[in-house]
Amino acid sequence: MEEKANYEAAVKLPVAMIDFATGFADWFIILPTIIALMGAALLIMLRFNRSIQPILTIIFILTIIIIEINLLLRILALGPQSMTMGKWLPPFGISFTVDIFGISFALASALTALIVTIYAQADLAKREVKYGFHSLLLLLLAGVSGAFMTGDMFNLYVWFEVMLIASFGLIIMGGRKIQLDGAIKYGFLNFLATSFFLIALGLIYGLFGTLNMADISLKAANAPFGPLASIGALLLLAFGMKAAAFPVNAWLPASYHTPHPAVSALFGGLLTKVGTYALLRSLLLVMPTARDFLEPLIAALAVITLILAPLGAIAQTNLRRAIGFLLIGGIGSVLVGLAVPNLRGVAGASIYIFHSILTISALYLVAGLIEKIMGTEDVRKMGGLYSASSWLSILFLVLVFAVAGLPPFLGFWPKLLLIEASLERGEILLIIALLTNSLLTAIAGSRLWAHIFWRAGPEGANSEQPNEKLQPLKTKDKWLCSAPTTILILLIVYFGINPNTIFGLGRVAALDLLNSDRYVEATGLAKPDLVTMPQLGEEGEK
Amino acid sequence: MNTVIFRTIAPILVAIMLVFSVFVLLRGHNEPGGGFIGGLIAASSIAIYGIAAGVKEVRKALKFDPIAIAGFGVFIAAFAGTISIFYQAPYLTGIWAYFEFEGKKIALSTPLLFDIGVYFTVLGTISTIALALEEKEEKK
Repeated sequence: MEEKANYEAAVKLPVAMIDFATGFADWFIILPTIIALMGAALLIMLRFNRSIQPILTIIFILTIIIIEINLLLRILALGPQSMTMGKWLPPFGISFTVDIFGISFALASALTALIVTIYAQADLAKREVKYGFHSLLLLLLAGVSGAFMTGDMFNLYVWFEVMLIASFGLIIMGGRKIQLDGAIKYGFLNFLATSFFLIALGLIYGLFGTLNMADISLKAANAPFGPLASIGALLLLAFGMKAAAFPVNAWLPASYHTPHPAVSALFGGLLTKVGTYALLRSLLLVMPTARDFLEPLIAALAVITLILAPLGAIAQTNLRRAIGFLLIGGIGSVLVGLAVPNLRGVAGASIYIFHSILTISALYLVAGLIEKIMGTEDVRKMGGLYSASSWLSILFLVLVFAVAGLPPFLGFWPKLLLIEASLERGEILLIIALLTNSLLTAIAGSRLWAHIFWRAGPEGANSEQPNEKLQPLKTKDKWLCSAPTTILILLIVYFGINPNTIFGLGRVAALDLLNSDRYVEATGLAKPDLVTMPQLGEEGEK
Repeated sequence: MNTVIFRTIAPILVAIMLVFSVFVLLRGHNEPGGGFIGGLIAASSIAIYGIAAGVKEVRKALKFDPIAIAGFGVFIAAFAGTISIFYQAPYLTGIWAYFEFEGKKIALSTPLLFDIGVYFTVLGTISTIALALEEKEEKK
């Protein structure tokens, strides 16, 4: 007995377990992900019961939205929240740490998922329901929520994989040849990106001995510069690939137009945004030193992405491919925020991600409606939609303006913040790129609008004659597709006209990203001397 | 592969493997074994039965769709973590309960429930793949 006591006194093990009670409110941090995961599992068990699938999906997503709104209010009042799994203290247990930056995107994603679920009901094939459309959608939502809320680098990788599995299933669901083609490009490049991410994780663990984001951010300050810079570069490549930034963007336009439009909307709204989120999270909060080193590169990538993407959109004749390029242009805007990391810049980038989740999804949904009426994906064969559905033409035009960043729509405010941020830093090139992007996006979008709605008939000799191939929307389509899309677009217009809420959230998100104190404190790692791992460079106690 | 010897032995082999897989599952946690390896053993027995008796026969014997079994596993595993909500502990905290059975101390715990979830997930996923592959073989 005595020997044991002596031994314990000599080794002096640090506290490793959480000894305080976890309240029910803390469970809100984990519940959105768990509900989505358990919901996906439940629906796959019930996959032959087709009528119950959409109902349960909508109930699950509504529950998630309510929980996330509660969590958002709680974080606004009390600061970032954290829960560490299995009662282990943070560097050992896996933390879920949520701040405004994460929860606002999670909320926007859940909203988008809800609208996409309703939208898809109009023309989902029996086969697609049987093959688990709803289950995969919930699994995708679980991956997205998990990625937005986790506070652990390796756990982030796991959620990336969950998203990849779910999106792989969703993309090949129709079983058409072009979908398999798209899935291979999508899958291969995304596997490559996650492999780079995994290599970076190995280096991170070797360098810091921890994978907890808060813990790394504490230790990154005294880390040797060389390895840190290479980790940063690897993460930039991996997440840049996920986000479809130039020059690793080719997979996105090659694959996003192949699945069902509702699935396109889900992918366009959620997947690339998780990439940009991870980029900002890891390079601003976790390893700011690495970002400083990479700044010229990030700025160059931002400029090229901003200018080349809308040019690609102008050149496209496939509607959803063109939207894919518009989406990539937005990734350039987020990179600008990463290149000028002052309060305005980061707030601008955060708001841009939020805007992009809603707007790009809505754009894909409207594109789905257009394709439904036109019966083709080729813009050259479209025309004369204005006479058939003037409402749709308004929706499309609003979204084009929002994507281009014209006031008073939602896209204007983040771009304004980004331009102000670049002005503060005197980055004229970035400002020129942002403005050129807006102009080119407006040209690409209005060109699409002119071809689809304004022109009387399809391209060629008959372009003056009224288009007779139009198939008017059925009542079912109007209620299940047009109505939810309109609600989403009204939301975009509302946030554009009344941007105060978004500005407030963006400001808090940027403050917490730029100064990791509150984030670290939430995980329970506030004071460096409480950190239980030995500091780098030390040889340990003698 | 479709010999008389194999077809006669297969059901016995399958039964032994299934019992062994449960044994491996239950002895996990503190000793070598656990849900993953147990699930793999069970899935191989399903595959063997598929080769011997044909996929149709296996699907009839399984009663449930293998992918639904995998879904059940994920559900059980995720559910195992939520039990700690009643103990004011974070998600996935292990909750243990002991009771005496014929003079032996038996431990029940949420990690065991989680492991059972893993068992079903692996069993369901691998059997789905194995049966799909065998189905292709049969069609040739």
